[in-house]
Amino acid sequence: MPQAIELSRGATWLAALTADARCASGYPASVRVVDAPLAGQAARYIAVVPDPDNRFPRVRKGEVGLVEGWELARAVREIVAADADRPVKRPIVAVIDVASQAYGRREEACGIHQALAGAAAAYADARLAGHPVIGLIVGKAMSGALLAHGYQANRLIALDDPQVMVHAMGKAAAARVTLRSVAELEALAARIPPMAYDVGSFAALGLLWRLLAVERADAPTGGDLDRVDTCLVEALADIRADAARDLSGRLGLAPRRMSKQVRERLRAVWQEG
Amino acid sequence: MNSDELLRRKSFIELGARERARAVLDAGSMRELIGPFERFVSPWLAQQGVVTQADDGVVVAKGRIDGQPAVVLAIEGAFQGGSLGEVGGAKIAGALELAAEDNRRGVPTRAVILFETGGVRLQEANLGLAAIAEIHSAIVDLRRYQPVIGITAGTVGCFGGMSIAAGLCSYLIVTREARLGLNGPAVIEQEAGIEEYDSRDRPFIWSVTGGEQRYRSKLADAWLEDDVEAIRDSVRGLLRQGLPARHLSDRHEAFLACLAQLDAAEQARPDAIRARYQKGL
Repeated sequence: MPQAIELSRGATWLAALTADARCASGYPASVRVVDAPLAGQAARYIAVVPDPDNRFPRVRKGEVGLVEGWELARAVREIVAADADRPVKRPIVAVIDVASQAYGRREEACGIHQALAGAAAAYADARLAGHPVIGLIVGKAMSGALLAHGYQANRLIALDDPQVMVHAMGKAAAARVTLRSVAELEALAARIPPMAYDVGSFAALGLLWRLLAVERADAPTGGDLDRVDTCLVEALADIRADAARDLSGRLGLAPRRMSKQVRERLRAVWQEG
Repeated sequence: MNSDELLRRKSFIELGARERARAVLDAGSMRELIGPFERFVSPWLAQQGVVTQADDGVVVAKGRIDGQPAVVLAIEGAFQGGSLGEVGGAKIAGALELAAEDNRRGVPTRAVILFETGGVRLQEANLGLAAIAEIHSAIVDLRRYQPVIGITAGTVGCFGGMSIAAGLCSYLIVTREARLGLNGPAVIEQEAGIEEYDSRDRPFIWSVTGGEQRYRSKLADAWLEDDVEAIRDSVRGLLRQGLPARHLSDRHEAFLACLAQLDAAEQARPDAIRARYQKGL
């Protein structure tokens, strides 16, 4: 594995969870694919990491760009195809530390929306085919990048750490789009849970399966690694024991009651008469 | 086109979401679910002093297309820029989930989604994003059984997480008034600078994300005039084709081969991308 001087969190956790196993060959430097065990069984771990030499200039800080979207799709579909005839499907762990989708002219012109659709479809198809898909958020999990890499998982786990962040748009751009100042946005975020940027508020929405305290999210201790590994093993068992392959497990908590009520009402009136 | 034709034509774009849904379905077959009188409004906008809308900007319309069961999900671009919050997002995701369930028990319900949306409603940020992930999941589930048709007619266009939803559809219809892209122009300019993306240069924006460019780059399946009949016919024609041999979102090899041949050091030129995708996709 290439050793950068300063590893991203995604790269750090990927290496730690896979005991520094070799990356699968044939993928670009920004998409690391590692086949390593989970709970003693073969699994595939995938992370998007910064590549300062990325040939696309707007994709050098860990963003999900065109190539990243399509390579994620390839990494996931490779496993789905390989396990097509096997009764037990391999787990896929998305290690999530993605600052954003790539913002650029090349990206829009070449259809980055389609590339991210490629990744989202691959993860969703893997889940529907019976692959346990676990999303482990160790850093930023922003917007389109999260939709492409992790949000289709059966279970989402996040580290309880100030630098872990889930949101639809960075603060500066969100303020511009909603015609507010950053200060106003922060004041609203403090009282409107879905607008908050911190992972505690995100967990309160019921979208996480587990929020996990660690000592050092940047450089995991042995204890941190044990805790996360144990949680992944539990998530795997929980998925295997669950007949549902959809995302309905995210609808349980009060802040999302409208999401549930809308579905219940739709079901009640779906059939005519 | 002569003036007779122009006068005969009925604009689709001038219709609101409810009338668009009615126009897509077989005449007289529409039944709206969770209509505005049920008042499922956003619980989050009111807390921020933003006026709510009784349908939260999404119309769920059941009915028939070509005599077969169908559901049309129409986003109202005139309310909050067509942005998706918790309620509107749940209406779309929930309806798609029920359509997939129908198919599992032998009822061949198909879905048409009318995208006029800037993506996540930032006042409901993480709940909009969560709903969009659920919409993605439901499209991928449903399209295993029946084609899911996307239409982006304009004038809002289709952006953000919902552009990814458009990319998941079995077929995508655009007009010349449509734009389709992941990031809105103002956001790209904010993040990458005006040299990279000048959000006020309208001809440039249309040359990159406009309906014609998307169609000629094979990222859309039909490029139509703004005409109700043309859109109705196109929906029926595409549904009759059945599922595509492979969904566009599943063609990573072809896209990766195209991207490998692209000189990423140069700034992107729309004509070069048309040529590359015409050949490679």
